[in-house]
Amino acid sequence: MSDIALSVRGLTKEYRILHNAEKHNRITDAVAHSVKSLIRKSEVETFKALDDVSFDVKKGEVLGIIGRNGAGKSTLLKILSRITEPTSGEVHLFGRVGSLLEVGTGFHPELTGRENIFLNGAILGMRKGEIERQFDAIVDFAEVEKFLDTPVKRYSSGMYVRLAFAVAAHLNPEILVVDEVLAVGDAQFQKKCLGKMQDVSRNEGRTVLFVSHNMAAVTALCCSCLLLRSGRSVGHGESQEVIRSYMDNGNAGIGGVFEPIMSSKNKELGFVKAFACGGEGIPASSFDVRHPIELVLHYKVFEKITGLELSARVERLDGTAVFTSMLSQGSPRDSQVRDPGLYASKLTIPGLFLMPDEYTVTIAAHVPARQFKVLDVHEQAFQFKVEETGTVFSRYGNGRSIGAVMLSAEWDTLTITDKALTWKAS
Amino acid sequence: MSEQAVPHLIIRKKSGWQALPFRELWEFRDLLNTLALRDVKLRYRQTAIGVIWVVLQPLIGAGLFSFIFGSVAKLSTGSDKVPYFAFSFAGLMCWNVFAQILQKASDSMVGNAHLVSKIYFPRMILPLATVHGVLLDFCVSGILMAVLLILYQIPIHVGALFLPVALAMAVMMALGIGLWAASLNVTFRDVKYVVPVFVNFLMWATPVAYAVSSLPITAQRVITFNPMAGVVESFRWAILGTPIANWNSVAYSALASILLFVLGAMMFQRAERKFADVI
Repeated sequence: MSDIALSVRGLTKEYRILHNAEKHNRITDAVAHSVKSLIRKSEVETFKALDDVSFDVKKGEVLGIIGRNGAGKSTLLKILSRITEPTSGEVHLFGRVGSLLEVGTGFHPELTGRENIFLNGAILGMRKGEIERQFDAIVDFAEVEKFLDTPVKRYSSGMYVRLAFAVAAHLNPEILVVDEVLAVGDAQFQKKCLGKMQDVSRNEGRTVLFVSHNMAAVTALCCSCLLLRSGRSVGHGESQEVIRSYMDNGNAGIGGVFEPIMSSKNKELGFVKAFACGGEGIPASSFDVRHPIELVLHYKVFEKITGLELSARVERLDGTAVFTSMLSQGSPRDSQVRDPGLYASKLTIPGLFLMPDEYTVTIAAHVPARQFKVLDVHEQAFQFKVEETGTVFSRYGNGRSIGAVMLSAEWDTLTITDKALTWKAS
Repeated sequence: MSEQAVPHLIIRKKSGWQALPFRELWEFRDLLNTLALRDVKLRYRQTAIGVIWVVLQPLIGAGLFSFIFGSVAKLSTGSDKVPYFAFSFAGLMCWNVFAQILQKASDSMVGNAHLVSKIYFPRMILPLATVHGVLLDFCVSGILMAVLLILYQIPIHVGALFLPVALAMAVMMALGIGLWAASLNVTFRDVKYVVPVFVNFLMWATPVAYAVSSLPITAQRVITFNPMAGVVESFRWAILGTPIANWNSVAYSALASILLFVLGAMMFQRAERKFADVI
């Protein structure tokens, strides 16, 4: 069939893992290491970021690529956009590929908006004539016509992102590869971007590969999905189904305990375990709506950290965040200094707060100081379910139309007579 | 899949040595020009006297050289008609092309790491795009050189036709070493510190501030091993008509510049595949 836009066969990408201090960014290190390895054969461990992945994408199809952090999504996109090459396997592309792995790559703060449009366009692979033809459309989309001759360093961050996306959105490749770019910008602009991407595929018949953690966006945009887990393709098909299997399975094992594999990225801190439990400390996956739920995070600290911040974001399965809770909110007196060792932190969600529904938890550790640094993060690490056991809402059916959370707000009632209306303190 | 569907492109592991990617470079020529233009625009933005720096640097350098070597050491330029100032200015013009391309090219990959790890384009574009700006500077100092020629009443001779050849040799040699250094710089940031030292050392081993003819015979023999010697000497001959001690050294330079360029490009092409993973 000639309606295939790209076909991937047996794609594998291996990285060599260097242990501890075996990274040689200095020539002296490299020399010392090669001398050492003459004497003692050093063990080279390889890590397969992608492992024998095969799939086809039809022309005009919007394929969502989903999976947890480290599943190989970004590696796949990097190979498709030719930034890095595979260790083995092949990709056949039937059309020009345009990739958008980051908004505003190559923007230079000192240059004006106009100059950056041409620079960014050229970097993204547009010819000069093409950019000139699209120039007005780009400016129009970005809504920056007044500031075209202002250096972009004076732009607000919103304007900056708008301009950057506008250039990328007017790329005209047959195959567009997009990585999580919708995570930026305000809600209105995100909507506009989603609309533009829908336009690109439906009306112009172009193929889009879209990576996102936002299941709401994936559901809205993609007709089919590819699910990756530890570098392997474990699901490919109709979006709803693949998203369900992503949500149901694999995020957490039996009893809902999430136990990530630590990678070389975890230099200072790595999560060891995360789960939800009732008061007894036993991991569970479903909870009585009336009872409090504890989210427990076990983590290992490798180097002394000052100003550690932990966060847990509770999301509904469609990707809507219900709330995010921070360590510093709950324990203001915690000095947040951690010496190396194993720790457990726990946050308690009160009973009668979350609506009966299913939730996923994204956990992260970071240092919000001057140099913002993410230490470890796991999107949708584990799940739990809140069961209806007879709240006042049980008679109203689906809780979503009622709200994301229950709030036991105070109500008070008076009889209104002729006299002045006053709330008496009771 | 049917047989008639011909892929636009096949991505797979590449292996072996490859020559210059001419077709790809041509496809991305707009990017080459845009990046070069970006660098030129940025260089003098927010500087007070902008383009004057371009001529001030070689002027000061030539002034120093002519004071130390011309007035103090009283070396000869090899020609009575050519004053030491014009002599060292011409030498510096040629040397600067080499030195600046080499330094900028060797830093081009790491300096644009954010592009390399996020976007695909023939990586060689980055070092190649440094050439435009340097040649622009060269043209600006060329105007000053013309003024000097008139002031000192130095006649233009047929040898001036050789000028582009000498310039091409300098550019190719700089790119050859620069490409190699740029790819090495991705893995070993030491290169960043080594290059300036190397350039400085090489400048004194190149007849920029002095003529080969003013060296003792043994030193003359040693210096011809430096491929830049023939480039600078022939460049100066083309502009000023100063004599060349040894034409063989110019032929050697020409050969060396082609060889260095091809070798550098091949090294770069081979290392290129790992850039995004390492940078």
